[in-house]
Amino acid sequence: MHRFANPTRFLRIANAVLPWTGGLTALLLGVGLYLALLNSPPDYQQGETVRIMYVHVPSAWMGMLVYLTMAIASAVALIWRHPLADIAAKAAAPIGAGFTIICLVTGALWGKPMWGTWWVWDARLTSMLILLFLYLGYIALVNAFDDPNRGYRAAGILALVGVVNLPIIKFSVDWWNTLHQPASVIRLDGPTIHPDILLPLLVMAVAFKLFFITVLILRIRSEIAAAKIRNLQLSLARG
Amino acid sequence: MDTYFSMGGHAAYIWPSYLVAAVVLIALLIASWRAVRAREAQLKTLRHARRGGAGETE
Repeated sequence: MHRFANPTRFLRIANAVLPWTGGLTALLLGVGLYLALLNSPPDYQQGETVRIMYVHVPSAWMGMLVYLTMAIASAVALIWRHPLADIAAKAAAPIGAGFTIICLVTGALWGKPMWGTWWVWDARLTSMLILLFLYLGYIALVNAFDDPNRGYRAAGILALVGVVNLPIIKFSVDWWNTLHQPASVIRLDGPTIHPDILLPLLVMAVAFKLFFITVLILRIRSEIAAAKIRNLQLSLARG
Repeated sequence: MDTYFSMGGHAAYIWPSYLVAAVVLIALLIASWRAVRAREAQLKTLRHARRGGAGETE
């Protein structure tokens, strides 16, 4: 891993990868949207509203996956003082917040016709809302200090404490009574949904992951440039 | 065509879902792209201003 520790080497690899992740994101989003909107059947219980799932479920997975990425990067930064890990965690946070917002809004739009309500304060929905607040808290904290290293430290600790929310989200549908349906894809005995519905879901999920990688690379590049600007300005000020 | 867009009477829920996802993802992409361009341009200007100095090591 330490081969990627050097920002210059990271930038060289990231810039080589960027056109591929960007192109593949566009391609898979195109295929995914075609399958989701035009070439998949309505659900036998939920009718056409099942199409909301193709954005709702992948963005829920991303909200959790990006948080896990952010927490691992924060742990690496806190333990090994790895500067690129701090930058990666900070760069990931707004993307994860974006996916979580998509999950919450599409969930409300799906809940209204299927459950008869936009929102209920049950465990799954509430823990997902807490995930959004964890992202927002992280973003506020990481930007709250003049010395970026203090911001990274404080926000990194918040990110690690917040990891406890991830298993709560995942297992909330098993542990408590809820309107939300239980897991039908990521379960020990394999997926229980029909392949015609599973395929567009998985294509959209991969497209969202590639989107995350693409935007993450852009944001890390931006943070590396910002750090170099800070150093240059400091040395210019010293004369 | 009209029956397609009406989505079995659930158009008011399905289309906004896709719209919200598109707006959030496109906003993230554009904001990140613009920040990279602005900062890398600023870095270039600063390096020009510093030319002749000790020389920054990357």
